Amino acid sequence: MTNARCLLWSLPTLLFAASANASKSMPLNMTKGATEISQQVYDLHMTIFWICCVIGAVVFGIMFWSIIRHRKARGVQPAQFHESTKVEILWTAIPVVILIGMAIPATKTLIAMEDTSAADVTVLVTGSQWKWHYKYLEHDLEYFSLLATPREQIANKLAKGENYLLEVDRPLVIPTGKKVRFLMTSDDVIHSWWVPAFAIKKDANPGFINEAWTRVDEPGIYRGQCAELCGKDHGFMPVVVIAKTPEDYLAWVAQEESRIAAEKAAERELLAMNMDMAELMATGEKVYQGWCVACHQPTGGGLPGIFPALKGSQLILNDRQAHIEIIVNGKAGTAMQAFGKQLSLKELAAVITYTRNAFDNNTGDAVQAADVYAVQQGKGE
Amino acid sequence: MSAITHDHDHEHDHKPSGIKRWLYTTNHKDIGTMYLVFALLMFFIGGSMAMVIRLELFQPGMQFVEPQFFNQMTTVHGLIMVFGAVMPAFTGLANWMIPMMIGAPDMALPRMNNWSFWILPFAFLILLLSLFMPGGGPDFGWTFYAPLSTTYSNDSTALFVFSVHIMGISSIMGAINVIVTIWNMRAPGMTWMKMPLFVWTWFITAFLLIMVMPVLAGAVTMVLTDKYFGTSFFDAAGGGDPVLFQHIFWFFGHPEVYIMILPAFGIVSAIIPTFARKPLFGYASMVYATASIAILSFLVWAHHMFTTGMPVFATLFFMYCTMLIAVPTGVKVFNWVATMWRGAMTFEVPMMFALAFIVLFTIGGFSGLMLAITPADFQYHDTYFVVAHFHYVLVTGAVFSIIAAAYYWLPKWTGHMYDERLGQLHFWCSLISVNLLFFPMHFVGLAGMPRRIPDYALQFADFNAFISVGGFLFGLSQLIFVWVLVKCARGGEKATAQVWEGAEGLEWQVPSPAPYHTFETPPEVK
Repeated sequence: MTNARCLLWSLPTLLFAASANASKSMPLNMTKGATEISQQVYDLHMTIFWICCVIGAVVFGIMFWSIIRHRKARGVQPAQFHESTKVEILWTAIPVVILIGMAIPATKTLIAMEDTSAADVTVLVTGSQWKWHYKYLEHDLEYFSLLATPREQIANKLAKGENYLLEVDRPLVIPTGKKVRFLMTSDDVIHSWWVPAFAIKKDANPGFINEAWTRVDEPGIYRGQCAELCGKDHGFMPVVVIAKTPEDYLAWVAQEESRIAAEKAAERELLAMNMDMAELMATGEKVYQGWCVACHQPTGGGLPGIFPALKGSQLILNDRQAHIEIIVNGKAGTAMQAFGKQLSLKELAAVITYTRNAFDNNTGDAVQAADVYAVQQGKGE
Repeated sequence: MSAITHDHDHEHDHKPSGIKRWLYTTNHKDIGTMYLVFALLMFFIGGSMAMVIRLELFQPGMQFVEPQFFNQMTTVHGLIMVFGAVMPAFTGLANWMIPMMIGAPDMALPRMNNWSFWILPFAFLILLLSLFMPGGGPDFGWTFYAPLSTTYSNDSTALFVFSVHIMGISSIMGAINVIVTIWNMRAPGMTWMKMPLFVWTWFITAFLLIMVMPVLAGAVTMVLTDKYFGTSFFDAAGGGDPVLFQHIFWFFGHPEVYIMILPAFGIVSAIIPTFARKPLFGYASMVYATASIAILSFLVWAHHMFTTGMPVFATLFFMYCTMLIAVPTGVKVFNWVATMWRGAMTFEVPMMFALAFIVLFTIGGFSGLMLAITPADFQYHDTYFVVAHFHYVLVTGAVFSIIAAAYYWLPKWTGHMYDERLGQLHFWCSLISVNLLFFPMHFVGLAGMPRRIPDYALQFADFNAFISVGGFLFGLSQLIFVWVLVKCARGGEKATAQVWEGAEGLEWQVPSPAPYHTFETPPEVK
């Protein structure tokens, strides 16, 4: 029993073990961030913090003075005074004045944060369990952004990397010096897109669109996380944003657009040819590890009562067509998403083939891109 | 009853023995005891779930539990602590003390009192057993935001809804009982403005309960029908709105926060004057401040929802109202400090916990004020800063006040003094460990660690290990409390009727232990 043994360790040993494990020191305060707004938010935070400190010092000071001086052990006689309307009015009025003084700058900053007009670049951010999707409204450019930390690191089988849990396969890229507007929404549950350096935390609500904006001055890599509990892997959907100079940004957009165009062309060619089983299985395993494993688990066993098992699934074993359909179209009213919109034909064909043959399913079938394409076009076999 | 027993020997209590005494009892003291024991049990069950959470968060990486189970632990820990530990503990104190404080022979509705307690164990049995269902128990956080709790939840949701309904019925019945008792059964001469503050704060709390528990019942019912009966209250695809859920939930949830702190104010307002040997500085302003907090609690709910994308003017309204709450709360703290000023203080365990309450609850109040500043809240929201905030007000606030109350009235309940040295040990262990546990959470939150995550980035490792150690120590410290309670129940130095030198009020005029029936003839209050 590792649990029981862990509890039996002596506490100092535990503390020592923990500090030996750490690699990166943690800042003790809120970040000043990378934008004018985030700097204002930091200033508000520090102002209210110091106000609290001063009030605390006065109140606790009087209290501890009284604890030290006015104790029975010193032989004092208790006074019997009580009730004073003057004093009550005084200590009601003073906090009101302090609060008004605080409300004014807070209101100004809030109104500036909510002004999303006149944006140069607009990105639609869509959350889903458990990844972010970015779509550039001015360009023909959209992609998913997934956690890049290997599962082996999470399971403590490999040493953890520097950006453990804060790294993605495809970060969001935005230009510096431009007003970037974010439109937030969700495909399933509520998520919250948070980048501390921009002081943006905005909920992504299914069926509704929220707005936020930023203007980043310095090129750099900014990391954040989903901030609203969104199910099992809520802790595993980071946000990574790279700010590039406008020239680099445009170059990146052009490069991405041509990459996506090339992928689409390759996709069309793919329809005409058959991939061999080994290639399908190899690609399929990779896709499965990235997109399916969170729910259906590495063993294909799922989680009883929540996520169905793929191992020995009647649907997979007996109905090839339904298997392709459920991957492409998802299943309404459940957490099963429509992957037809998320993965390429090659990836879809591969992962369907993989799940039909892995976990002792051994159907021996290969599903080709053309089969998937047929389902996507609503034709079927 | 009183007509029949009137001429009987008062020494004879007419109670069945064994388990039947507790099952059938309509006696406010028995029911109070059962509530308190139940709350203590729940405190340990909820606490053991917190230990699982802290164990998993001790180091980065997944070591002990799966993320799904981790979410069940955070959810059920919250539900148990709020509905199973803190609220029943306050109801237990109300049952024991309110009739004795106002000179009434019992609660006004004794049979309902029995029922409101006895449905509670079943509510929590259902909730706890749901953890053993295929797919596990509720895992969507104690705030059960839709659609995570509707479309995307497992079937334990139905049990969760049923159990919350039972808890709600119990709370509403308890609240009705408190109001009817206070309204009708005060001893002659016990005018409204002579009532002890614990009675006043509970009176106001009971109104809050009656107003908001039905709203919670509505919220869980809508979750149930959205999940199982095809309605779309919270589903945009059917014309609903997931944010509507949050408005309904927090319209309940924010007054609920004050339900868990107003009786604590009453307890501290009783303890501080006793041990300072000086009357409470501003009794009337304390009553008005309590009422103001209760009214304001209905106007601030959306400060839990600043990031949901409300219109800017709604956001400003809720920011201003929230900041305003600091005013009456400040008045209370100032009054306690003024009561201590030039008193003659002694520092028995109840006083120690009450003093710790004032300092640590105020720290929780300060972080609350910081959270009210909306632009800053965008950075604090859903991080460990919030976790630190509400644990300061709920653990070092509500729970510390309950512990203080237990030490304060224990001699009255058992007839014995508790072991002062063990009590002081309990206090100092709790004080130190609770701050090791919750204070570093402020820093972790400011550095950017979201709440409700089972694993975290490496920079948070040191602090989380530290917090976990604090958590284990705080958990262990509470075993000392159990030891004190058992020891005191079984024997000890005989307590006098007044118990504490500076204590005033009707409950100190009856012998210790308080007889089974007190004030069958109402006392005269001058």
